Amino acid sequence: MNTFSDSAVLAAGLIGQFDAQLIAVVGLSLAVSLTATLAAALLGLPLGAALAVGRFPGRQALIVMLNALMGLPPVVVGLVVYLILSRAGPLGSLGILFTPAAMIVAQTILITPIIAALSRQVVADAWTEYREQLTSLGAGTGHASLTLLWDTRFSLATVLLAGFGRAIAEVGAVMIVGGNIDGVTRVMTTTIALETSKGDLAMALALGLVLIAIVLAINAAAHATREWARAHYG
Amino acid sequence: MAERMVATGLPIVCAGVSVARGGTTLLSGVDLTVAAGTRTLVLGANGAGKSTLLRLLHGLVAPTVGRIAWGGRPLRPSRQAMVFQRAVLLRRSAAANIRYALELVGIRGDEADLRIDDALTEAGLRALAARPARVLSGGEQQRLALARAWALRPEVLFLDEPTASLDPKAARAVEDIVRGIHAQGTTIVMTTHNLAQSKRLADNVIFLHEGRVAEQSSAEAFFNAPRTVEAAIFLEGERL
Repeated sequence: MNTFSDSAVLAAGLIGQFDAQLIAVVGLSLAVSLTATLAAALLGLPLGAALAVGRFPGRQALIVMLNALMGLPPVVVGLVVYLILSRAGPLGSLGILFTPAAMIVAQTILITPIIAALSRQVVADAWTEYREQLTSLGAGTGHASLTLLWDTRFSLATVLLAGFGRAIAEVGAVMIVGGNIDGVTRVMTTTIALETSKGDLAMALALGLVLIAIVLAINAAAHATREWARAHYG
Repeated sequence: MAERMVATGLPIVCAGVSVARGGTTLLSGVDLTVAAGTRTLVLGANGAGKSTLLRLLHGLVAPTVGRIAWGGRPLRPSRQAMVFQRAVLLRRSAAANIRYALELVGIRGDEADLRIDDALTEAGLRALAARPARVLSGGEQQRLALARAWALRPEVLFLDEPTASLDPKAARAVEDIVRGIHAQGTTIVMTTHNLAQSKRLADNVIFLHEGRVAEQSSAEAFFNAPRTVEAAIFLEGERL
């Protein structure tokens, strides 16, 4: 008996039949990670642009810190968010621990530094090229930042995809703050961990395949965006 | 010409200006005047300080020592434009690039549409209005940069080697546009490596040598009878 091939057949069956439990788990994963990416973009893109264009005290230290935070271990983020959101914690009164909201908060914290640090690099490179021209045209720092964010939109799209990829693939943070509650906070990665330990390898493998497909699709989309933009906008 | 009655940024006067960057002196002891309505060509060898002088006059670089005044005031006036050696265009259409520059000086609506159409026509780019600016050819990009500058109706237009990376035909097209812009009353200050081009365009010449103004004179006087040895050698070198 070959565990892998049997599981693979069962997994293909689950995917082919659009198994309800599988769909629910994949749906929640996408909802949580897309929302976290959106929130991290709203925080990280302006921060990245400000660090690229602005000149203020503490800027260098902030850049170093952001770069360091890119490697934040998800379990540590999960632990800190858990402590903050737990009943005795400072934001315990919100009562969102073990809900998708808590998972979104954790993933947002995890990927905001990634999006801010990478977008800072993208915008800084563009600023080097555009600075004199934009100054000549009379653009102030704030206006220049917005112009640069828009002009680097295709590169920034791949930055956001990198953030999303990190969010959807992490397991440590959502496991701790979500609690992996069936039908409530169970996402792809936590389900894979659980089903594997239970021995239900078909479900684990099915989810693994979906996860890999999503990550592949993200990278293909990032690549296609870059190529399309290069051809159409230079 | 009612607009011209508003505070003018001309003449531009430099008094004892030096510019240093990171311990290197780029310009020193510059005294000069750019008068309204003239075409001034800034000449000199590589590293003589031509680009720095242009940026100084445009207000992109501040004097380390000395003073610069635009129409008697120390503040950089808004009615100036500059075209750089390599056009810096935004990732949007040719027309939108001009619209962006106009919005920055508060020109919108019908007036903006009119100026965009006018500038693109002047630069021979009307058919390419909707084309993304960055996929245009080098010559088209430089003409668009000129159109963008022209749409601002500047009192002074600075051009930093605008034809350096263009083929002769594209370079002539740029020259024609510069001539057209000057004919409508704009003061021109331009650097170039091309001596034939400077003879075609110059009323006045500023000759820089190692960060100093070696000569400032009429084009005729400069090309026929340079007063300094450096200028004579420069002109001779170009002729060889």
